Amino acid sequence: MKYRLIFRIAYSLLLARWKQTLVAAIGVTFSITMFITLLSFMSGLNDLLDGLILNRTPHVRMYKEIQVSKKQPIDYIQKATQGHNFIKSVKPKKDRIDIYNSEQIIQSLKKDTRVLGVAPKITAQVFFNVGSIDLTGSINGIDTEEENRLFKFSDYVTSGNFMDLKNVPNSIILGKGLATNMMVNIGDVVQVTTSKGEQFSLKVVGYFQSGLQDLDKVQSYASIKTTQKLLNQSENYITDIQVKLKDILWAPPTAKEYQEIYQIDAIDIQKANSQFETGSSVRSLISYAVGITLLIVAGFGIYNILNMLIYEKMDSIAILKAVGFSGQDVNLVFITIALSIGIFGGSLGLLGGFGLSSLIDQIPFNTESLPTIKTYPINYNPKFYMIGGVFSIITTYLAGYFPAKKASTIDPVIIIRGK
Amino acid sequence: MKSTTVLEAQKISKYFHDPVTIKILNEVSFSLQSSEFVSVIGKSGCGKSTLLYILSTMDTDYEGEVIIDGMSMRGKKEDELARVRNEKIGFVFQFHYLLNEFNVLQNVMLPGLKLGKYSEQEIEHRAYEKLSILGIKEEAFKMPNQLSGGQKQRVAIARALINEPLLIMGDEPTGNLDKKNSEIVFHIFEELAQVYKQTLLIVTHDNEFADRTSRIIEMEDGQIIKM
Ligand SMILES: Nc1ncnc2c1ncn2[C@@H]1O[C@H](COP(=O)(O)OP(=O)(O)OP(=O)(O)O)[C@@H](O)[C@H]1O
Ligand SMILES: [Mg+2]
Repeated sequence: MKYRLIFRIAYSLLLARWKQTLVAAIGVTFSITMFITLLSFMSGLNDLLDGLILNRTPHVRMYKEIQVSKKQPIDYIQKATQGHNFIKSVKPKKDRIDIYNSEQIIQSLKKDTRVLGVAPKITAQVFFNVGSIDLTGSINGIDTEEENRLFKFSDYVTSGNFMDLKNVPNSIILGKGLATNMMVNIGDVVQVTTSKGEQFSLKVVGYFQSGLQDLDKVQSYASIKTTQKLLNQSENYITDIQVKLKDILWAPPTAKEYQEIYQIDAIDIQKANSQFETGSSVRSLISYAVGITLLIVAGFGIYNILNMLIYEKMDSIAILKAVGFSGQDVNLVFITIALSIGIFGGSLGLLGGFGLSSLIDQIPFNTESLPTIKTYPINYNPKFYMIGGVFSIITTYLAGYFPAKKASTIDPVIIIRGK
Repeated sequence: MKSTTVLEAQKISKYFHDPVTIKILNEVSFSLQSSEFVSVIGKSGCGKSTLLYILSTMDTDYEGEVIIDGMSMRGKKEDELARVRNEKIGFVFQFHYLLNEFNVLQNVMLPGLKLGKYSEQEIEHRAYEKLSILGIKEEAFKMPNQLSGGQKQRVAIARALINEPLLIMGDEPTGNLDKKNSEIVFHIFEELAQVYKQTLLIVTHDNEFADRTSRIIEMEDGQIIKM
């Protein structure tokens, strides 16, 4: 009952200056619209760029690094209790580069509840023989189905069917750039020489485009079996184990843990791609900064309108007080006016932001390197709408706070006497 | 009807400090019984309005005691004083202060809605009643700026009456009206006093007006010289 009366008074005062109030509300609408659009667009862009690398990168990659032994022979016979051992010209020892016991490791990883999936991989350096020229390149031996499930392999296979890797024996999917350089088409056969000097013929069943041109000029994919055959290795030969976790943020501790448990090298995605993280966070930061600046400007608009309204309505305020409204009531009236502007302008702004970002979502955006993208990317994250809504209310409240306080302390005697 | 003390002023003094400290009211004391119709007269600048603002609880910067309906106003919080004004006092100003954003009926209803003692329908019904007592029922849905000065002042009186206050105060309520309208407004006060036994305290410049009230308080230089 009490608040209904306050609301009614606020509403009448607001209507008495509806044009200015509308302008103030439009200010809020505009800034929220821009805030939402900017964040949705920027975040869509971020997702796109991240997806370019992050979606295709395992959260934890386990492999064997060629490196010097951590313990040199001298360390076994003589503990350096006093002084240090200096050893010169240390070389890496000859060691197998495949992962020992890979089958058991994969089985035990699959039992870990944090793990979304595990995909084994073999990387092999090869030469592609084109006439008299040899092009360097590499073949990734993959488990086709798992690779697709975890790393969206099919998204990047622009021609041909990715499942042919599994179904067609001795098949290969070439990077688009590589295929162009070699001038081969789907169905052709390419000659491959391994680093051990063995020759092999592989049938091209598709092209892939990763979005990174340099990558597409050297990379190619084959099934694990084909690669093992190519390298003349047994069925246990695996050089990488790729792990995808349920949450990307768990990667660093998990990598450390695996390194301890399985005694092999493990690198997490954050370490491997730190530059992408930085880029994304800077872009979001800029969009938030611009959005919030717009809101603050709108807040000043509301502040001005309210101040003007209070000067204009001094008499009314004095009368309200004389007939028994308290300073608190008057304060509430002006806070209500400010919040109404904020809620009205803010909701329109949320709608406007949704509209504008859907519009941008329709604009065609075709680029050679991003085959899966057809229009500008937009991220419709409800979080942005929530932040926008909450911020519009907070700003308008703050904008109304001081004028309302001023109105509540107006001394009716001064006004009534002043006539 | 047994008469009780509605308002009591005890040694009220008031200073203004701008530009120099001067004493405007000097130990003013008097009391007002229920159903009295009292006028306050005195030369311009003698402190009548100042006294009225103190008595109406709007001005709290004074020495002495104001007792309304047996309660001291000293030390009350701002919202408590607002409540006293709302419930017990009806104020009529020289310049008919109405809220231009509301129509006549709403203006009259406003203090009633604030008090919240009755339902909105009941308050509306009472507002009509007051307007018809004051003979301006037809103007209920007009906006204040569509009324004449006399009509506005009658609306202000209706508003002062809506919560059936203990006391109505007026600061030169006829000061801004012509002869004819002054006469109407005075009649209304007279009727309120005689028929409805309303207690009234009215500041006026008009000696004719004052002579027709039941008691005259005369002031000079911040003091009461006759009452
Ligand atoms: N805010 C103020 N600061 C300083 N002096 C003031 C202030 N308000 C009023 N006064 C002085 O106080 C004195 C009393 O003023 P008040 O308005 O009470 O007189 P009044 O009796 O109502 O006169 P009038 O009949 O002309 O309305 C005057 O001399 C006036 O100049
Ligand atoms: Mg005066």
